[in-house]
Amino acid sequence: MSVLDALALTCIKRDRTLFEGLTFSADAGELVYLRGPNGAGKTSLLRILTGLSAPCGGDVFFNQKNIKTAPDEFNTQLLYLGHKSGINGALSAIDNLSYWMAQHGVQQPHEKLLSVLATLGLVGLEDVPVRFLSAGQQRRVALSRLWLKKAQVWILDEPFTALDVSGIALLESAFKAHVSQGGIVVATSHQALSSHAGPHSTFDLEYQW
Amino acid sequence: MVVALYKGIFKRDMSIAFQQKAELMQPLMFLLMVVTLFPLGVSPSPDTLQRIGPGVIWIAAILSSLMAMERMFRDDFQDGAMEQYVLSGLPLPAVSIVKVAGHWLVSFVPLLLLSPLLAVFLHLTIDMYIALMLTLLLGTPLLSLIGAIAVGLTVGLQKGGLLLALLLIPVFIPLLIFATSAVDSAALQLPYYPQLAIIAAMLLLAVASAPFAIAYSLKVSQN
Repeated sequence: MSVLDALALTCIKRDRTLFEGLTFSADAGELVYLRGPNGAGKTSLLRILTGLSAPCGGDVFFNQKNIKTAPDEFNTQLLYLGHKSGINGALSAIDNLSYWMAQHGVQQPHEKLLSVLATLGLVGLEDVPVRFLSAGQQRRVALSRLWLKKAQVWILDEPFTALDVSGIALLESAFKAHVSQGGIVVATSHQALSSHAGPHSTFDLEYQW
Repeated sequence: MVVALYKGIFKRDMSIAFQQKAELMQPLMFLLMVVTLFPLGVSPSPDTLQRIGPGVIWIAAILSSLMAMERMFRDDFQDGAMEQYVLSGLPLPAVSIVKVAGHWLVSFVPLLLLSPLLAVFLHLTIDMYIALMLTLLLGTPLLSLIGAIAVGLTVGLQKGGLLLALLLIPVFIPLLIFATSAVDSAALQLPYYPQLAIIAAMLLLAVASAPFAIAYSLKVSQN
């Protein structure tokens, strides 16, 4: 068994079977790129892998432990970014991230926070309420979590949405660095990964009628 | 864990509430206006006002609380912060109770501060006002706790606002009955401890069980 395993997953939404008996696994140092047409169930699969939604059948295991019965270890090693970024528009980037770090028990000095925001090209925007930033900049604020929390498993739903070319390159090189340190990245996207992202495997979901 | 809850949830909610002062003021203004309508619409005579006063204040408080109730989880649900709470490793019942406490502080404490003014509007006597204050003090946390369960259940729906009112108003009826009866007893110089004790008992039951119900309803909404 590998680090992250999903066995015989079944997901049914509104009487439509998205997938049935699906088996998924990702080992340390693996970048899995999840592909599939709209409505194939990519987001549903990712949410099941994080434990946010319960599958209609099957189980997800992290280090051979079922995440339904023993979620604590998995939660400390998991970083999930969904369609919704979890960023409150009324708060500044710094506030959003420091409250998030407090929730997740991440301890980083304030300087680290500033330097991460600088890496992501948000210098001078740290104190601005996030709703005044552009969509791509808001995305960057959400993505700065990848640099702050030391989690082994990254599960990212469409992380490239709204990012510009340099943002995409930055994120892809972060994938590469994370994977080379034994991390796991599971990501969906509609565009192909470039060479910055390093070696990766693909996992195709098909649209089932 | 307590530190994480305080720094990550409570302080966050407080600073968001502080940024959205207008949204906090609106239910209060609504309450004030509804109460002002009664002397104008029913009768300005002190006797009538004194008789209907406690009921008016409580009904207005319940209606205005329904307006503010959705704020509790709506933004967190829409911007995805709720997903991050669920995955943060913090126990969800504890997160819920901290959020409910924060909501009570920003939406009901101002109401308590406003209540002397309302009492003057409706010609309540000092005894009646003390009783009203005590029922509000015990009853409004109960409104927040029970309301949070319904908000958790309806937050995933589009336009859950009216449904929320339909779910909650029947549940608040017992509280309304005991609260107004306590103030009526006070008006007649009778002891009203039994009514207060019943409200307190309801509050204790809600404090003990609602966090788990809220946590469960939030998990269900994620599905």
